[in-house]
Amino acid sequence: ESYGLGREALPEEIAAWDLDVSPDGTGLPPGSGSVEDGEAIFAEACGACHGVFAEGVGNWPKLAGGDGTLANEDPVKTVGSYWPYLSTTFDYVHRSMPFGNAQSLTADEVYAITAYILYSNFIVEDDFVLSNDNFTEVEMPNADGFFVDDRAETEYPIWSGEPCMQNCKDSVEITMRATVLDVTPEETAEEAAPAAEEAAAEPAPEAAVEETAAVDPELAAAGEKVFRKCSACHQVGEGAKNRAGPQLNGIVGRDIGGVDGFRYSGTMADHGGVWDEATLAAFLADPRGTFKGTKMAFAGLKKEDDVAAVIAYLKDASANAN
Amino acid sequence: GPDPLITEVQPWAQGLGDGVDATPYGLPIEFESDVIRRNVPWLTADPISSINFTPIHALDGTITPQGCAFERHHSGAIELAKPDYRLMVNGLVEKPLVFTYADLERFPRENHVYFCECAANTGMEWAGAQLNGAQFTHGMIHNMEYTGVSLRTLLEEAGADLSGDKWVYVEGADASSNGRSIPMEKALDDVLVAFKANGEALRKEHGYPVRLVVPGWEGNMWVKWLRRIEVMDGPVESREETSKYTDVMEDGSARKWTWVMDAKSVVTSPSPQSPITHGAGPLVITGLAWSGHGRITRVDVSKDGGMTWETARLAREGENKALTRFYLDTEWDGSEMLLQSRAMDETGYVQPTKAQLREVRGLNSVYHNNCIQTWHVKENGEAENVEVS
Repeated sequence: ESYGLGREALPEEIAAWDLDVSPDGTGLPPGSGSVEDGEAIFAEACGACHGVFAEGVGNWPKLAGGDGTLANEDPVKTVGSYWPYLSTTFDYVHRSMPFGNAQSLTADEVYAITAYILYSNFIVEDDFVLSNDNFTEVEMPNADGFFVDDRAETEYPIWSGEPCMQNCKDSVEITMRATVLDVTPEETAEEAAPAAEEAAAEPAPEAAVEETAAVDPELAAAGEKVFRKCSACHQVGEGAKNRAGPQLNGIVGRDIGGVDGFRYSGTMADHGGVWDEATLAAFLADPRGTFKGTKMAFAGLKKEDDVAAVIAYLKDASANAN
Repeated sequence: GPDPLITEVQPWAQGLGDGVDATPYGLPIEFESDVIRRNVPWLTADPISSINFTPIHALDGTITPQGCAFERHHSGAIELAKPDYRLMVNGLVEKPLVFTYADLERFPRENHVYFCECAANTGMEWAGAQLNGAQFTHGMIHNMEYTGVSLRTLLEEAGADLSGDKWVYVEGADASSNGRSIPMEKALDDVLVAFKANGEALRKEHGYPVRLVVPGWEGNMWVKWLRRIEVMDGPVESREETSKYTDVMEDGSARKWTWVMDAKSVVTSPSPQSPITHGAGPLVITGLAWSGHGRITRVDVSKDGGMTWETARLAREGENKALTRFYLDTEWDGSEMLLQSRAMDETGYVQPTKAQLREVRGLNSVYHNNCIQTWHVKENGEAENVEVS
């Protein structure tokens, strides 16, 4: 039965959305990229989270290494050690990476990044060039490491039937306690606080209110949304810490390259001067054009309105962090 | 002496409360402010790609309020307005189609209650008792009444090839897209393209305005902000079905396509976040049970770590792929208990112990840990997450 609802999808629309790539190479766009190009692109676009050698930073995924560890106590599951299909890497990078700036890479760049990830896993040599023509020739080390769900044969028959109700064990001992590990988050005072305490706490940051008076609250609110692009790497506000990028409290008026404990690029560390609004605006619009060599792997904010909004938000959030 | 709450006129009995419209859309009363989602910050690199947990220790019945139902995002919860919403059906179809939100509302609708459980629920407990609270060990689950259009209806509308060897690839509109491949048999069985939950629009964090509902199967397949359905010859083998959501066995080989969530249960109270505060005497032990294979038929409860069991009372007859509430109305003598629950479903499957699971799978599976949970309830009524022999 047809309801006659919807309209026919146009070829351009299907081309825009139908990007998935299958293990047999179906869906690959034409193009190519070398390990050599990939190394530079990876460092810029991926290195902040995945490390320049794809070794992973902090809790972010490791993409390389882990060879032969799958049967160990803590297997290291990387593209090289675990992923059965190369298409998965291309497909995911093409559609969903970099984190916070998805679908910004060209097909050639994705080929190059994929080639570099293969190289970082010792699957190809340093002169390798990956393309849609040789894509399916690459052999993934763990291609045969998977089997289809067999619970119906290996588990269900042994865990079925009438279970024991009485005298099921002779004795029971406690063998492990969660409180020994002590990894459960505390229920914070903030969320448990009765309303009266919250009300009493509210008027405290008076000084901050005065400072923020100059910031247009609507602009700052718009900036908060734009800032989501940045928040994969940067924190601002109370308790902000350095992550892939430096914390941004007080960025307007702060020394360039001036946060203690953050490993800046040479460019940024040696620049000198302070972040005034004009410099910050130029940097946000075109990071690598403004500070050649910066580690900040971000293409830039194309709209002037977004730049102004983010700066307003950064000022506002910094003020509220006091 | 007499209780002043009774003998003295209280302000609420004398003055006036709020008028209507004081809160055009209401939130829980302030006294319930601790019944909230919580996360475990060390689990993930970033809260934008992370998960939090339903406060199941504080809820009763079976329906999860949307406002405290767990969230899992891979690139953050996006804001997608209905006028901007488009759903494409393409691939092996006679006519690739684009639907607007308004189009979806013109197809015949269905209503069903289903649980949605993340495959990683209880995943932190593989290697041992880790997190002290039912919210943290079992809170990657919610249970809602969904309103939507069957996926079958949309596939038929596009004239899709519905042969049994075809696959349906689904993806979301967010940056992660979270693409997953679903075999045609399941796609035609009970998968729902849903736009309402518990009677109202989906929440942003659950995929507003449209998400996929894949009953009984792991939550990762319930694609949010659903934007595209592609009929294909085979699975895409996307990141979420190879690198993630596959189960590493002891020998290093890995199970894939482990979609179904097996039968599972947990005592939600008493539990570490819901201790006994009333001393010895009448005690209600309660919890939740569910199975991705169908209905829960029975739940047994043990107070002694599995030496003896008694059959609990199901609040209502078990429903297909939905949460079932159980109660054991009992007398507590004030002594220590090792509380466990054990679910059975309509296939005859009996929820296994952690030792049984480890025997088959080892310790490195991450996903699909449906083991029997033990709470050590102490004489003072406090409870702790433990493992027992």
